[in-house]
Amino acid sequence: MKEKSFFGRIDWFTISLWFSLCLIGWFNIYAAVYDPEQPSLFSMATNYGKQSIYIFTAVIIGFSILIIDAKFFISASPLIYIVVIFLLILVLIIGRNVGGNQAWIPLGSFRLQPSEFGKLATCLLLASYLSSQTNKNPNTKTLLIGALIILFPVALVMLQPDTGSALAFFALVFVFYREGYVGNTLLLLGGLAILLFISALLINQWIIISILALIAGLFIYLLRKKRKYIINVGLLFLGCSVYVLCVDYAYEHILQSHQRNRIDVILGKIHDPRGEGYNLNQSKIAIGSGQLLGKGFLQGTQTKYKFVPEQSTDFIFCTIGEEWGFVGSTFVIAIYLALLLRLVNIAERQRTAFARIYAYGVASILFFHFFINIGMTIGIVPVIGIPLPFISYGGSSLWSFTILLFILLCFDSSRKGLNG
Amino acid sequence: MNSFFARKFVVQGIFIAIAIVIVARLFYIQVIDKSYLLSANHNVLRKVVVYPARGVVFDRNGKVLVQNEPVYDLLVTPIEAKEIDTALLCQLIDIDREGFQTRINKARSHSPYRPSIFEKQLSATTYAQLQEHLYKFRGFYVQNRTVRSYPDSIAPQLLGYIQEVNDKDIERSEGFYRPGDYIGASGIERSYEELLRGQRGVKNQMVDALNRPKGSFMEGKYDTLAVAGDGLVSTIDRDLQVLAEKLMKNKMGSVVAIEPATGEILTFVSAPSYDPNLMVGRQRGNNYMKLLRDETRPLFIRPIQASYPPGSVFKVVAALTAQQAGVIDEKTIFYCPGGYRYGGGRAIMRCTHVDGATSLIKSIQTSCNTYYGYTYARMIDSRGMSGPKAYDLWREALGKFGLGHTLGIDLPGEKPGLIPTSDFYTKRYGNDKWRSSFNISLSIGQGEMGITPLQMANVMAIVANRGFYYRPHLVKAIGDKGIVKDEFKEKISAGVDAKYYEPVIEGMSRAVNVPGGTGYRVRVPGVEMCGKTGTVQNPHGENHAVFFAFAPRENPKIAIAVFVENAGYGGTWAGPIVNMLVEKYLKDTISLSKYDQDRILNANFLPTPKEKKVEELNKSTSTSKPTAQPTAPNNKTMEPRRELYVHHSQLRKDHP
Repeated sequence: MKEKSFFGRIDWFTISLWFSLCLIGWFNIYAAVYDPEQPSLFSMATNYGKQSIYIFTAVIIGFSILIIDAKFFISASPLIYIVVIFLLILVLIIGRNVGGNQAWIPLGSFRLQPSEFGKLATCLLLASYLSSQTNKNPNTKTLLIGALIILFPVALVMLQPDTGSALAFFALVFVFYREGYVGNTLLLLGGLAILLFISALLINQWIIISILALIAGLFIYLLRKKRKYIINVGLLFLGCSVYVLCVDYAYEHILQSHQRNRIDVILGKIHDPRGEGYNLNQSKIAIGSGQLLGKGFLQGTQTKYKFVPEQSTDFIFCTIGEEWGFVGSTFVIAIYLALLLRLVNIAERQRTAFARIYAYGVASILFFHFFINIGMTIGIVPVIGIPLPFISYGGSSLWSFTILLFILLCFDSSRKGLNG
Repeated sequence: MNSFFARKFVVQGIFIAIAIVIVARLFYIQVIDKSYLLSANHNVLRKVVVYPARGVVFDRNGKVLVQNEPVYDLLVTPIEAKEIDTALLCQLIDIDREGFQTRINKARSHSPYRPSIFEKQLSATTYAQLQEHLYKFRGFYVQNRTVRSYPDSIAPQLLGYIQEVNDKDIERSEGFYRPGDYIGASGIERSYEELLRGQRGVKNQMVDALNRPKGSFMEGKYDTLAVAGDGLVSTIDRDLQVLAEKLMKNKMGSVVAIEPATGEILTFVSAPSYDPNLMVGRQRGNNYMKLLRDETRPLFIRPIQASYPPGSVFKVVAALTAQQAGVIDEKTIFYCPGGYRYGGGRAIMRCTHVDGATSLIKSIQTSCNTYYGYTYARMIDSRGMSGPKAYDLWREALGKFGLGHTLGIDLPGEKPGLIPTSDFYTKRYGNDKWRSSFNISLSIGQGEMGITPLQMANVMAIVANRGFYYRPHLVKAIGDKGIVKDEFKEKISAGVDAKYYEPVIEGMSRAVNVPGGTGYRVRVPGVEMCGKTGTVQNPHGENHAVFFAFAPRENPKIAIAVFVENAGYGGTWAGPIVNMLVEKYLKDTISLSKYDQDRILNANFLPTPKEKKVEELNKSTSTSKPTAQPTAPNNKTMEPRRELYVHHSQLRKDHP
């Protein structure tokens, strides 16, 4: 088979999805900051002015990455990891505190957010480490070292403290799942843990434990002839009970009060549309008032008149929902879904374990951001301040996601030259 | 490719599942649940009330009596008002730091996000100073409104005042008024409230999250305009009113002048008066309390709320009703030995003169008590029926003259005065066998009788018209179309035939125009004025001076009643006031001697406040309480009791 040209080997479908998201982002940032009283011309001082520069640079960065030899990223991954860790420590010392988070390093008029690049570096090192272990069967030691690679930057990000960004690292659990370090049982247990977590916050823990005891009793009765299962069921019941009690303790004593409030708002435990629930309530009003077809470009009153907070960054989806309605929102979600599914397919066609693991890492992180960000604007997950990839305003976030994605495309375009 | 390849589908399945959850949730909040759309509109839309200008009031010649003046309410949105120069603001609007704090706390408790009133009704001057610095005070805005203004500072009691609505007003209006609205609280402001207030408009304004206006909604498609209130043309003659108030300065009493042919009230003075502009603006509360506490009761509307025994002037009504009843006629003569003896000669109602043989005309001219004693005796005792029955007939005749009941003036708070019923005397004397001698003082307008100055002026209008009147009123035309209320066009008969008026009018004319008459000193040159003096005896102090008149005799233009409390002789104190007002109105000049003018202008009949004396007076009046104003439930607070009761001292002594 004849070798395709450089451009022929690039996955243009992914690039077009990426670019669509960037453009959608730009138009909605424009709408979010649009002031009908001063419909001034294009200005570099505004968010959309800056974002166009960021998009332009992102294109240059992206295509530059495609030119680089993919092997460079494999060998440089420890170095990149070390640099980013250094930056994460640096930001705790010299960083600028914005909104309670010491997350930014000022560089002239631009502010660098190292935690955004932390995900990239962690992905690379994790891929590097796990791919070096593929000859062996998945074992606990590898899992623990992999987990450490993740937890180290997480700990540093938590110190800022930027819980939202830290949580995003945990999305890499998909990687362990795909590589066989985490089994289906564990995935089910994870699901059970989430279910119990929410229940524990909503219902008195002793009631939950009683219900669990009833269910356990039922199983023990049904399985009374198989001793081994009885022990398992008993252990599971015990574990669940301890977990429920821990959740309650952690909720009351470890979570900060604003985090507790955000969870309470989502769970409907407190109704306070003026206080803690304000952001969420206004966000839902903006999206809900978009109706089927939306109010039209620049016609959204809720975002235009600043009822929605952080409308060009974390709550950018409100502008989409209000001005483009259900149809527009679904379109954006469809693009994301297409991108995510495409990334999984790309991952599976890689010949090297490194590229495959890295691709799963990219897909996981993008998925986490997509789900949490949109989920919080429509009130299905608590308010966690993380950006919507490629759409939210901000240079650090756009560039880090672009780099994340284009390194994968770089691997993909040269996959035939790499051998695992 | 390795053994866990199939897990790709689990991962993709999770991605798809989450995307479906999100889309489903979006479908619910965007397409199914409509409440978010309503909330969005509620967020953005503010219904801004556009206040209409209140109707302007003119005098009968088109001069302005009440107009609107812009004032400026200072509003504050507490959440925005931070880091401002408090000291400067306090200085500019003249409040202290403590006042600043209470105001801002009050606003905050109302709502930290919405503007509330910080200080009301800043004057244009204060506003001008404030405006220069307003940019320094973040969160403070100015909203203009209009308040009432009275260019001549006259006629407060009839024009009335407006005030902020209270909860009861809001409830009564079934939601028309809202907190902060103004409503007419007294005077014609109140009686014509529905016409004066106009119609509020509503502007649909879009606001942003900080409640800052962002333009109109749908280009004002759903806005409604404010409709200004109707203007009113008052019956008052401003120049005459100004003069009358000047003359009544430092006196207590009333002046009411009516145009007999229409019932239009030309002048309506309640003295002591006050500047209506005091009831407007930031000091309103203090001023109001001051007026309320004033011993001379400036808020009391004397022409319609004070009732006095009319005294000698009542003889005009007595003469007319007696003729109509047929108990006397023009030629009836009674002999006056200087008093009327009754009760078997044991008691006497004295006359000021010994008049000898007295005719009807002369009885009016000289105000002969004896004549009316006989007349009343005939009225009650010689009509072939029981005393109480004859009395009721007489009372009914008085009622047709507008006495003992309200006339229906377009002013709230009118009192009916008092003509006691026969039952009252039957109860007092224990049986119905009483006769004229039991209440003979009524014959000369003394005793239990109480008549308001408005009723007295109206009696003069009836005499001037020879037998009828129009309901006295203060507003002659409403709005641009000049609508006149139907009730003011109705001609009301006084029940006495026109021919019976001539001897009475002749007597009144002689009283003024014949040398030696009680009103000769105050005749008006070149005008035949018919008048009657009265000196109402007051056991508690100086007598009340009364003068009624109408002029000219033929085709009368003005009927007038003047009451000056505690002043002395009617001819001396009320007469010159009538003289000046009538001449001013008919000829636009005053020819009374400078000396007499100054004497009236400088006279001061206001009581000198003496706590002890007032107490005594209250005590003595309380003895006659049963005859007191039964019509006014709150007369204790509203009426200056001590000038209400005037008893014929001789009668009191001789009462059976």
